[in-house]
Amino acid sequence: MLKVSDLAVEFTVDKKTIRPISGISFEMQKGEVLGVVGETGSGKSLTAHAIMGLTSLVGGKISGQIVFEGKDLLSKSHKDMQSIRGAEISFIPQNPMTSLDPVYRVGDQIVEGLLKHLKITKWAAKKRAIELMEQLRIPNAERVFEQYPHQLSGGLKQRIVIAIGIGTEPKLIIADEPTTALDVTVQAQIIRLFKELTVANNVGLLLITHDLGVIAQICDKIAVMYAGNVVEHGDIKTVFSDPKHPYTRALLDCIPYIGMKKGSLKAIEGNVPTPSNFPKGCRYSSRCPYVIPQCKTEFPETIELACGTKVTCNKFDLNLPRH
Amino acid sequence: MSISKNYIEVKNLSVSFKVSGGLLLRTIGVVKAVNDVSFSIKKGEILGVVGESGCGKSTLARLMLRLIEANTGSVEVDGKNILELSKQKMKIQRDNMRMVFQDPYSVMDPRYTIFRSLSEPFEIRGIKHSREERHEIVNELLEMVGLSPEHGFSYPHELSGGQKQRADIARALALNPEFLILDEPTAALDVSVQAQIINLLESLREKLNLTYLFISHDLSLVSYFCDRVVVMYLGRIVEIISADNVGTQAHHPYTKALIDNVFTTTPGNIADIEILEGEVPSPFNLPSGCGFASRCPHVKPSCTELAPQLETTADGGQVACHFPLN
Repeated sequence: MLKVSDLAVEFTVDKKTIRPISGISFEMQKGEVLGVVGETGSGKSLTAHAIMGLTSLVGGKISGQIVFEGKDLLSKSHKDMQSIRGAEISFIPQNPMTSLDPVYRVGDQIVEGLLKHLKITKWAAKKRAIELMEQLRIPNAERVFEQYPHQLSGGLKQRIVIAIGIGTEPKLIIADEPTTALDVTVQAQIIRLFKELTVANNVGLLLITHDLGVIAQICDKIAVMYAGNVVEHGDIKTVFSDPKHPYTRALLDCIPYIGMKKGSLKAIEGNVPTPSNFPKGCRYSSRCPYVIPQCKTEFPETIELACGTKVTCNKFDLNLPRH
Repeated sequence: MSISKNYIEVKNLSVSFKVSGGLLLRTIGVVKAVNDVSFSIKKGEILGVVGESGCGKSTLARLMLRLIEANTGSVEVDGKNILELSKQKMKIQRDNMRMVFQDPYSVMDPRYTIFRSLSEPFEIRGIKHSREERHEIVNELLEMVGLSPEHGFSYPHELSGGQKQRADIARALALNPEFLILDEPTAALDVSVQAQIINLLESLREKLNLTYLFISHDLSLVSYFCDRVVVMYLGRIVEIISADNVGTQAHHPYTKALIDNVFTTTPGNIADIEILEGEVPSPFNLPSGCGFASRCPHVKPSCTELAPQLETTADGGQVACHFPLN
């Protein structure tokens, strides 16, 4: 349903050209949940913006190919994209506290999107909005409809934002860290809602997060990003049980869990390089414990392994099963 | 130093805030932010405090440093009740009890170099050093937290989040404290950097014989890093449990729910997870009875009548529940 190949975005800042993301390739099927995971600055949000055609608005030069339902999105005009965004691809932002307009009632904010993209009357839109809110298990939906964002809790606000996102029955939902601002028990509720929605409506969900725990519980596939590249892409169970890229492995190792032995937490030393000084070879080479001289000079090729995982690493044949 | 002696004793600590509203801004209710909280910390121990937003964990930290004054209760440090100290004496007491804050982006003065920020505690205390001495001391602090002397010349915006948090820890350590309150020190950081900071804090504790109060919303992190864990809900302690027992012997249904709702990196299906419904109720004018009763999967009629008190369990923990699990 969505196929991204060799996507890159270029910005020119002070006459210097930087490429925060490049060589991004992944695909997802209908009804599938793809998790895009990476640390700050890995380019996961920029990838999402590029798919929605928002990077050109801020002066980004885009190359590669994005095919959505057989349509080449990069060849679409600005106006065409406007009707695709919201109707076919919808976006759920990270912070529900700032993405709702504080001076409009939340119900009206759901109705606004419905009126824009569906040909229905105001009355029908309101009915649909309340249905959506009930589907998202918002208690007293009719009362909440009349309320303003500041009167709602964080979890309720995020449900409203989701209602806006799914109201037009899009085929693809892109959610950028939808639960980061929420408490753990509320996060669990929202993540379960997402799973139910994708199964019930057969929509694709592209979930951007830095939380590998969330990915493990809801995703079918995963794309691990590091410094603007996808370094590993494959089936969630395969990647998590047998990570092929040293970065994926290291990322899994630095997450504490209940019952973990003291002193066994392994940090990744150093920092993610910034786009203006990406190293020439593999971008993880400065932090990788398995680095060989070749890594510093040559950009590694992406290889599809027998298990179906695609990995971008010179030492993909390392055996790195989890402890 | 033996680990058995209680270094800090918090007894029946409470604070409530008045909420005013309406046309004449009359007091319309009270929020009991921290409600009758008692616990102790042993010398050299790491005590974790975990809970969701609004449970009073940060207020508790501020009460212990008297950044907010408590209504009732006492905080004894080495047998001395610091809530009775004069303002002047409290300032000196705080040299020994420092705090590391959550957001490394906003705690450092953006117009000061890291060197100047790290020199400030000495200037405020009136500790005179020669130029060379000051440089030596600050460089030593920087080195201790894994930064190099060059970082002293940087401004906060030139450092990454992890480096800023290291600098903030260095500043907290400047006056050789014995006790640090760490208020979500890694919440704004990436997991790989979080692991760096946690490992740093662990090695500093061993090297400098520090005692920590570690506040976090992340139960897996707390159970990994701490010796004992205090679980708070709506201003009250619901359970105190040894970190080793968190995975297997949680007694309070809320602790159990937190454990179940922490996602592990072992691929699973969200549909199989028992999810706690509802959200933390508003702390405004709480009903009598157990605060967790409205969300508790094991609630019984008596739970809404009488608030449970903390009672010692067979395994040495404490739990406030009429019908504890396990």
